[in-house]
Order: sequence, then C-alpha cells, then structure tokens
Amino acid sequence: MGRKLLLEHINVPGINTFDVYRQQGGYRAVEKALKTLSPEAIVEEVKKSGLRGRGGAGFPTGMKWSFLAKPEGKARYLVCNADESEPGTFKDRYLMTYIPHLLIEGMIVSSFALGAAVSYIYVRGEMMPQIRILERAIAEAKNAGFLGKNILGSGYDLELYVQPGGGAYICGEETALIESLEGKRGNPRIKPPFPAISGLYGCPTVVNNVESIAAVVPIINDGGEEYAKVGIGRSTGTKLISAGGNLAKPGVYEIELGLPVEEFIYSEEYCGGIANGKRLKAVVAGGSSVPVLPANLILKTVNGEKRLMSYESLADGGFVSGSMMGSGGFIAFDEDQCMVRNTWNFSRFYHHESCGQCSPCREGTGWMEKVLHRIEYGHGKYSDIDLLVDVSRKIEGNTICPLGDAAAWPVASAIRHFRDEFEWHITHPAEAVKRNFGLAHYADPLPPVAEPA
Amino acid sequence: MSDKVKVTIDGITVEVEPGISILNAARQIGGDVVPPAMCYYSKLEGSGGKCRTCLVKVSKGSEKDPRPMPKLVASCRTNVMDGMEVQNITSPEVVEARKGVVEILLINHPLDCPICDQAGECHLQDLAFEHGSEATRYEFERRTFDRIDIGDKIQLHMTRCILCYRCVYTADQITNNRVHGVLGRGDASEISTYIEKAIDNDFSGNVIDVCPVGALTDRTFRFKNRVWFTKPVDAHRDCPTCSGKVTLWYKGADVLRVTARKDQFGEAEEFICNTCRFDTKQTGDWVIEGPRNISNNSVISANHYETLRPLPVVQNNALLQEANKEQFERATKF
Ligand SMILES: Cc1cc2nc3c(=O)[nH]c(=O)nc-3n(C[C@H](O)[C@H](O)[C@H](O)COP(=O)(O)O)c2cc1C
Ligand code: SF4
Ligand code: SF4
Ligand code: FES
Repeated sequence: MGRKLLLEHINVPGINTFDVYRQQGGYRAVEKALKTLSPEAIVEEVKKSGLRGRGGAGFPTGMKWSFLAKPEGKARYLVCNADESEPGTFKDRYLMTYIPHLLIEGMIVSSFALGAAVSYIYVRGEMMPQIRILERAIAEAKNAGFLGKNILGSGYDLELYVQPGGGAYICGEETALIESLEGKRGNPRIKPPFPAISGLYGCPTVVNNVESIAAVVPIINDGGEEYAKVGIGRSTGTKLISAGGNLAKPGVYEIELGLPVEEFIYSEEYCGGIANGKRLKAVVAGGSSVPVLPANLILKTVNGEKRLMSYESLADGGFVSGSMMGSGGFIAFDEDQCMVRNTWNFSRFYHHESCGQCSPCREGTGWMEKVLHRIEYGHGKYSDIDLLVDVSRKIEGNTICPLGDAAAWPVASAIRHFRDEFEWHITHPAEAVKRNFGLAHYADPLPPVAEPA
Repeated sequence: MSDKVKVTIDGITVEVEPGISILNAARQIGGDVVPPAMCYYSKLEGSGGKCRTCLVKVSKGSEKDPRPMPKLVASCRTNVMDGMEVQNITSPEVVEARKGVVEILLINHPLDCPICDQAGECHLQDLAFEHGSEATRYEFERRTFDRIDIGDKIQLHMTRCILCYRCVYTADQITNNRVHGVLGRGDASEISTYIEKAIDNDFSGNVIDVCPVGALTDRTFRFKNRVWFTKPVDAHRDCPTCSGKVTLWYKGADVLRVTARKDQFGEAEEFICNTCRFDTKQTGDWVIEGPRNISNNSVISANHYETLRPLPVVQNNALLQEANKEQFERATKF
C-alpha cells in the first residue's frame, strides 16, 4: 500500500466534522505552527519538502512563498484556488467534500506563514454543496478558536472567507481569479507585475491550489524532510489523481509520486485495469490541457523505460513523445473511443471558455473547433489536418495566459500521435460517422530506439 | 544621460528613458522597426497586450541577464532593460507570428470596407494590406451582430470590432460615468453599454477616435463621404470643456467631420469634447491653422505632395537613415 498523507483518515466516519477530524489528530499542525514555529521557519519547511504546486504548473510552493513581497504597511493575501474546472480533474472537490478541515487547517498554517490576516477560498460557482461544507467547517473551526482573533492565544488573527465564482474555467488562472475576487470581469492580467508583488487589491498575494495547501499539513506535522522522503527525485510527496474514463475503478486516488503508470492503471489497489475487459488506447495524463499519449507511449518512454507518475517521467520526451503531470486529471480511453471526437470535444471546451481578451485565443479556438467538427462529421479535407497544426502553432505561446497553450496542445498532440485516425476520417467519411477507427497500432510495443552510430 | 538605458531594435541602438516599453522605444527610432499596435494607446492606462500584433522577439534580455526571453512578447507591455536586444522585422519568427495574428483578426471580420466609414483610416485595413494574404483559410460563417446606436451621435457596429478594449478604457478613464464595457466571453464577447443606455457625457465621442476599426463611427458623418476625398485642416476654438484643438475634415466649403488631431501612430494628441466634435461644424466656429499633415503612407495623403520628414533621432544618425531607407523611398514616391 502506498503511503497516504492527505487521505489517511478519509474512511473514518464523520471525518468531515470538526470533532472527528480533531480526534484523528487534526489541527495539530496549527498548534505546532503557531506555538513553536516562526513564519520563516514554516516557509523553510515547505521549501525543504520539495512540494510542487498541485494546480497544474508544478512550481515549487516554498519558492513561490519566498518570492512574496513584504512591503511595510501593506496587507498580504493568501488565496486558495478551488476553481477546479479542468476537464478530467475532480480531486479538489473530493477533498473539500469529504475532509474539508484538512484544507482549513492548511489555510491557517499557510496564512500564518505568509503573514496574511485575511484569506480567501475561491470556489467554482457550480460547487454549491462544497461551498456550504466549507462555510460550515469554517464556523466549526472558529467556534473552537482556530480562526478569528488571537488564535490559540498566539496573538495571530485570521479571517477566512469562501467566495463562490461564476463558474468560468478562466477564473482558475490566478490573475483572472484575483480580478474576479475583486468583483471584476475575470480576465487574466497581463504580467508583470506578478501577484507576489501586486495581486489582490494591488497587494502581494499568493495563489495556491487546494491540494498544495492541504499538503502543508503533513509537511508541518512530520517536517519537510520527512515529506521529501516520499516520492521520487524532484517529485516529492503524494499526489491526488482524479482517475476517469474507461477504467474499471475510476475515482480519486492518493499515490506516492513515482508509481509506475502501468501499476496505477492495472493494479487492484488503484484503477483495476480497463473497464469491461477492453484494451487501452490512449491516456490524457494530467487534465485536458496536457498532450494526449497513445497507449504505447504512456506505459513506456521512447527509451523503453517504465513511465512513472512523476513530474519528470510524464514529461519525458517533451512535446514529441511526452506529456505532463498537470493537475492530475488522468483520463483513460479504451479501444472504442474516437480520438477525433475527443479532440473536438476538448476544443469545444476551450472555445467556450476563452475569455476573449487576446486575438489568437479568442478567434483561433473557435476556428479549430469548427475544423475539428467538420472532420468528425465526415466533411473534412486533407488540408484541414495541416491547417489545425498551423492554427495551433499560431496560438501557442502568443497569448496572454496559458489557456491559449492549453487549447493548442491537445490538438497538436492528437494529430501528432493519431494522424492516421484523422486521415481515416477524411478518406472514409461515411464509415467514420458510423464506426470508430479502433485500437489500430496504438498499443503495439515501440521499436527499440536505434543507438546513434 | 547616465540614467538612460540602451536598447537595440533590429540592429539600431537608441538611448531611452528606463522603464518605457519596447514599443515606445521603437517609436523613438521610427520607420519600419515600429511594431504595429492595434490595442495599445499611450493615453489610456492599462491598454495593450491584447491584440498581439506588436509581438517581438527579445534575443537578449539585458546586459545583466543576457538570456533571451523564451516566448515572443507583446512589445507594448514589455519594458526595456539596459542592453536589451530586440528583433522585430528582422526575425522571421516574429513576421510569421504577426501574419498569424493578422489572419486570425480577419477571420471573423466582415471585410465590408467598401461601405465602411473607417476605410482609408482603418488600422486593420493597413495591417491586412501589409501582412495579410489575399485569401483566407477560414471557411465558416462569420460572426455577426446587429448595429446598435449608442445615442444619436455614435454607432456601434460590433461585427467589425476587434475587441481591443480601447473604447472601454476611454469610457472608463476620460468620462465620468462607466456605462460601457464588455459582455460575454471568448469570440461571443461584445462591446456594450449598460442596457443600451446612451453613452451620455461630454467626452463620449472620443471612443470613435480610439477605435482602430470601423466598429465605432460618427453618426453625423455616416455615409457622407470617403475620408480620402475630404481635406484635413487643423483648427482650434476657445472651448470651455476641452483644449479645442481639432482637425476639421472639409469637402469643398463644408466641414463634414471633426476629429481629434492624430499623431503619426494614429493616436489622438488631445481628447476633444462632444460639442467640438458634433455641434460646431461651421467654419466660422473655428480659427483655421492650416492643412493637417497626414502620414504619407495613408491613402488620405494620396493627393498631398510632401516628403517624409524623419524624426530628429533619425536625421542625425547615418545608421538609422540607412535602416529607414526603404521607408523614405516609399514615402517620396507619392
Ligand atoms: C486557464 C487556466 C485555468 C486554471 N485553473 C486552475 C484551477 O482550476 N485550479 C488551480 O488550482 N489552478 C488552476 N490554474 C493554475 C493557476 O493559474 C495557478 O498556477 C495555481 O493555482 C497555482 O497554485 P499551485 O502553485 O498551488 O499549483 C489554471 C491555470 C490556467 C491558465
Ligand atoms: S489566452 Fe485566451 S483565456 Fe487567456 S487571456 Fe487570452 S483570450 Fe483570455
Ligand atoms: S469597438 Fe473599436 S475601440 Fe471598442 S473594442 Fe471594438 S475595435 Fe476596439
Ligand atoms: S498593441 Fe501590443 S498587444 Fe496590442
């Protein structure tokens, strides 16, 4: 069994309530932090832990915290990003629903470390039940003296607020989130300045994902070094994976980073293989924004090594033959799934969610969606495939925020790896609307890489 | 001069104030090295960064940190550093990306220039002429909107809008009531007024001048004439509300239109009030100063014979003259 740092007590009945959470050792991290540690010491522990942001970009959390500007006389804010809307990702919602006090505890410790007197949890608007759960949990914690004035007699004051969003994917981008939190239209800001210098209301701000903040709890309880012992290389600790698609046992799993992908998919401890005895065709490893990989590249890298669930191993091969950890939204596709249809579906999402500020993303996402729709419905042309690649290149890297890249990568990677399936849609339009291309050669073992002479 | 910083753009070095944008540094050089700017407007705080036509490549970050920037950057929103080296038209990557942006700006544009009042002074038209290709690869229906009258003086033709946000910043910053903003998201976004309320204040007409395309036009000039058949004349009057410095656009003896005076980058020198713009169209209302010089590249100048007067920084620098040679030659052809 892999170690569980976040979900250790998830099966204890009533763990969503303050009392049970407390009985299981909850809020120890707050006591330890406020009574025995200085804010700098907490930042130091988080640095030592090697924790990397769980929201998608994988930026080291300790480093991010140490960049926070600390000008005299200005408030500082911690904002928790609970906007979780990446297709295929549902781990934050799970955590907030079943063990909300873990997030509250993490928020208190992190806010103390950053010197924030007011912190926010920005929750995606559709998650109304979770908003109620969090508000209840905050009230319970406040009742027990863990929030409000002079927490545990330490002299530290903290108010924690839950802010529902309007349900826009773009409000998960940290600067758009800040704009939205300020009551404005959720358009990403043009950087610099970065939020660490000028964020919420022009004050230094840290935005962190729900899971990143929750992970601070075990880091403080056991120490950064202990945390760093779990995992592999620069991918330390555990990660929540939202496993979805055609898996026998989809759900949220806490894994130790470094677990082989094959074991994650096929072992009984985790996903239990592909549903209905089908064969695996493709995987999107980190939420819809990351490149899709065919079965033969997700289980092994081009060098024939086992691919592991870690930031480095998933990215091995770069854009040519690798993908990314992203937010941990693991979507498996079986042999009956159509990659063209899926790519179109993802494109539809990005088209719908683009904020429309910058031209390449606003216009390009719609263009790609329309071309993909045409191919999927049997009206495509050969030139459409190259057109898609070209439009995706025109978007990638040329936009204000990474949503442009996130829209471009799934299209570019699907065409890179599944080009024959796209071509088949064009050469066999009548057949393509009636049946799927099937597994084809996408699970065949890769030929060994020739040694360079 | 010690507090100035050195930047090199397309091989031409200038000394500029620290903290200005690459675009403004390029504007001090002038000529072809100036990236086109569809959304940035020097008089509007927070503008820029949106259209992405001004993308450039920073091949050397600064003297201190010479690493190149990993992506192309929007020159209007990226500040210069001492020793920075920038490539605009000398970088094939930039030229390619800009072409892409222009193509993308045009896919949903109605291309109704023949019936658009902006034609002749439209920045999108100029941009498309310089960077576009004759044919589009976009084979789908274009997005359309109904025309909306914003009060009796301004018309919004959203179909032509490129969502540069200039009018939004104008309404926000130079008028005292914010009634104008963006609704919707992505390519369904539209410029709108608060429940179609007329933008009703003294400076609202300036949204017409800042609009780079024909999305916001002057209803008092609608279909009156093509701008290149009218003659621009600088004039002023004693105005209690604004500076009163304007350009009058004559056809024969009639003033068809009044606009702010626009500089060589198409920006209003000073914003003017609605009385000057819409209600004072008699020559007698004005003190005439003389003909307005319009950039020789513009179709409006087609019948004005003048040679290009280069910027001072170009005049006394042989290297710059060489770099702008093509520009001079093109200009003197007229
Ligand atoms: C379009 C877009 C959507 C995003 N959505 C989310 C999200 O829903 N949740 C999240 O935690 N981060 C999201 N991010 C990443 C955030 O911008 C930011 O990097 C993250 O919240 C930082 O937290 P971390 O360092 O703890 O990962 C999104 C980024 C982009 C560009
Ligand atoms: S890339 Fe897309 S979502 Fe991001 S700012 Fe530009 S238009 Fe908005
Ligand atoms: S109406 Fe004109 S100024 Fe306003 S956003 Fe559209 S193009 Fe820009
Ligand atoms: S002018 Fe720089 S992005 Fe529009």
